[in-house]
Amino acid sequence: MTEQIINDLTIQAATVNGSGSQTANLVLTRAIFRMGIPVAPKNVFPSNIEGLPTWYQLRITPAGHMARTDQVDVLVAFNPSTWRDDLKSVRAGGAVIHEEAFSNADARSDVTYYPVPFSKLAKSKIQSDTLRKQLANMIYVGVVAGLLGIPWEAIEHGVRRQFLTKPKAVQVNLDAIKVGLDYWQDNFSKTDPYRLEPMTGLVEGKVLVEGNQAAAMGALMGGVTVCAWYPITPSSSVCEYLIAYTDRYRTDPATGEKRVAIVQAEDELAAVGMAIGAGWAGARSMTSTSGPGISLMAEFAGLGYYAEVPVVIFDIQRIGPSTGLPTRTSQGDIGFAYTLSHGDTKHLVLLPGTVEECYEFARDAFDYAERFQTPVFVLSDLDLGMNLWMTPAFKYPEKPFDRGKVLSKADLDRLSGQWARYKDVDGDGVTYRTLPGTDHPSAGFFTRGSGHDESARYTENADAYARNMDRLSRKLETARAVLPAPIVDETSGSSVGLIAFGSTHAAVLEAREALAAAGRPVDYLRVRALPLSAEVGEFVARHERVYVVEQNRDGQVFDLIRLDLPGALVERVKSIRHYNGQPIPAIAISEPLLQSEPVPA
Amino acid sequence: MSVTLNRIGLQRDAYKGAATTLCAGCGHNSITNHMIKALYELGVEPHRLAKMSGIGCSSKTPAYFVETAHGFNGVHGRMPSLTTGAQLANRQLIMLGVSGDGDTASIGLGQFMHMIRRNIDCTYIIEDNGTYGLTKGQFSATADIGSVQKKGAVNTFQPIDPCAVALTLGCSFVARSFSGDGKQVVPLIKAAIAHRGTAIIDIVSPCVTFNDHDGSTKSYSWVKDHEESIADVSFVPFFEEVHVDYEPGTVRDVELHDGSHIMLKKLGEDHDPKDRRAAMRVIEEGRAAGHLVTGLLYVDTTMEDFASTEHIPDRPLKDLGEDDLRLSREDFETFMSEFA
Repeated sequence: MTEQIINDLTIQAATVNGSGSQTANLVLTRAIFRMGIPVAPKNVFPSNIEGLPTWYQLRITPAGHMARTDQVDVLVAFNPSTWRDDLKSVRAGGAVIHEEAFSNADARSDVTYYPVPFSKLAKSKIQSDTLRKQLANMIYVGVVAGLLGIPWEAIEHGVRRQFLTKPKAVQVNLDAIKVGLDYWQDNFSKTDPYRLEPMTGLVEGKVLVEGNQAAAMGALMGGVTVCAWYPITPSSSVCEYLIAYTDRYRTDPATGEKRVAIVQAEDELAAVGMAIGAGWAGARSMTSTSGPGISLMAEFAGLGYYAEVPVVIFDIQRIGPSTGLPTRTSQGDIGFAYTLSHGDTKHLVLLPGTVEECYEFARDAFDYAERFQTPVFVLSDLDLGMNLWMTPAFKYPEKPFDRGKVLSKADLDRLSGQWARYKDVDGDGVTYRTLPGTDHPSAGFFTRGSGHDESARYTENADAYARNMDRLSRKLETARAVLPAPIVDETSGSSVGLIAFGSTHAAVLEAREALAAAGRPVDYLRVRALPLSAEVGEFVARHERVYVVEQNRDGQVFDLIRLDLPGALVERVKSIRHYNGQPIPAIAISEPLLQSEPVPA
Repeated sequence: MSVTLNRIGLQRDAYKGAATTLCAGCGHNSITNHMIKALYELGVEPHRLAKMSGIGCSSKTPAYFVETAHGFNGVHGRMPSLTTGAQLANRQLIMLGVSGDGDTASIGLGQFMHMIRRNIDCTYIIEDNGTYGLTKGQFSATADIGSVQKKGAVNTFQPIDPCAVALTLGCSFVARSFSGDGKQVVPLIKAAIAHRGTAIIDIVSPCVTFNDHDGSTKSYSWVKDHEESIADVSFVPFFEEVHVDYEPGTVRDVELHDGSHIMLKKLGEDHDPKDRRAAMRVIEEGRAAGHLVTGLLYVDTTMEDFASTEHIPDRPLKDLGEDDLRLSREDFETFMSEFA
């Protein structure tokens, strides 16, 4: 037997969409997490309800790496239509659990096979006709538990946790898992190197959260009161989780009254329109969408910017122009979202890089929107949003809401009614507003997307237009210094730096370790907001070469960074791009970097 | 000269707005005056009024009444979504939307229909002139088939009738009127405001510049010759007593949500404003006979408005603070622990 490989492997389950395999995958994930072992699951699913192939990758590393990897160590093959290709993906020396009926006559000889008669076991051992299809997937959990040595206690925990709200389902699922475990014990002896062993140090105090769950929690704690949305993958679950959370925490049990309004709109235009209407009337409001929805929201985004209405817009990015690949990830909307709408529009954009930041940025986005009276975009993506990520438990907010510059009746009395909606009193570009319903004769003003003067009156005056646009630029400058600053790590002392943002973060962390081990350590700056912080230019100035890593074809942030740099620094910035719809693996950063920056001999 | 104050102590002038920039003689200006009269006589508190609009000549008009109220002139055809959001943020607001036939029946038809479907509590006035004024005279979707453009082009398409569309969708208040008929428009606006739900008033409002010629069915002369009112409309606000001095059987009295009454005095054939199919029939028969049927076509005071259906509290959502909206520390800890 070869040397054992402990807690360092990637399991890939190849199944059929709609067969209930996701529940089995999650039980396995939670069981291994329960052993104290870091887990990083990635769900690769089709834009389909039932029948197309789907894969679940569960990466397990003792270091807690959370990026996707191309390497498959243990394959669970359930899908006859992809079986041949799935088998090719396994590394030499890997283990293959497969449906016994699949032929492996012409297959590889460098892997270990564990054929299991899943269909026969399901027919003979699972009594319930209605649940057989779902529970058949649980049999594989038992086989994997046998193969890797997952303790029964951890399996039980995984099942209980997965069926938290359906305790009746626990026993039938455990029974099905037991079928697989028994089959393993009765029929196989282990000849592959992979084992799991309980460990400590990385998992304590951590939870498993999807980015969209985190965003919904952030919105909940950020005080959202009006949310309008239109279903679209991969963003729908943001609002669906918000509905679940507000049903639980914002509903008066006595009266049924809800301290939130969540509207499923007729399209994305109406969704953002409702959110802007609510923001104008003083509510903390949001919408959530993905690429095609962002396209539809363009006109309203310009109204929000120019009429200066607070609203939070989540864009959970998927890949592609037009419909693209609706269930695959990218960072391809960033350039578009930043200037969404015609005519010199520019927005505040938050770029969460972890699920913890999905929570924090979602929560704080409402403060930024009201403080700067403008749309705030939170750009997450499918990888961050729809996969489970290991994270420290989120922190309770210690700061009260920042409701921005809103004049109350008392303020207007004090000012003897003298105020102007778009007058820059404080010199920061941020003006004062009143809310509809303010009981003062001077409170009212006319909000419009057409040209307006300081008092919000219609004007086509050239100077008034230009002055107002300059003030809006000033406001953006104020925000630039207030939005989440980049996180900089220059401990490598290298003259080479990496810049990344969003979900690319996980791959960068791992790539830096690999690069350091290869003798090519690199510094790192993670951008967390647009407009870009001045620190980005300073980071470039301190390094000879800086590589901007991003998940889009055209290097959108690479371009934005160069636009902001003095000419002498522009050539220092290079670009590394990944855009095939799969979450970026570390190797997609370390390999091109080592090619450009060979390790000195 | 003595100044008459309304029930909240305001003069009529308090309901005026900026000077109109529309053409002299525009029907919309008459509607603005009807609006001022209705709001003044109702004693609407200006600070509770939210004037909403989209884009077009009609959508400019909220600037021309109740200058001290908040207004929002948004994007083309999207007034309903802005209104929906604002209403949810603050149920205390009186939402008053002004739109046009292009804004409602073309670019905004989807939002118009979905607002009705939800029964958002608002008054929705369509200043309907059958033409695109600001872009200089193209046909709109409410132009009748066969009607003639100023430069001679003939409209070959079926009109979209906003009232028929609204009735089909189960709109809880549907009326039609004519900008020149203040006697009818003013009580209809008052009733629409008193009604809790989406109240549509399609007001034919001639465009003197682009659509007031022979061959137009939205011209002053055509409407004057063809208007057929189904009932004399009068409105008794909740703060006044109802005096019944009509012969029995000649008047239908509908009590609205706030205790106001709309009284409909029979003119020709008796029309029951609570009969939706009858309303459709009246529209269809009027169209076949070449008439413009005006008056309160339909009202349903039993339907819940959207905010009520959604259990939104009376206290404005915009006023809720950290204690109302955030989880307690204990709940947060419990919630977080469920992700372990």
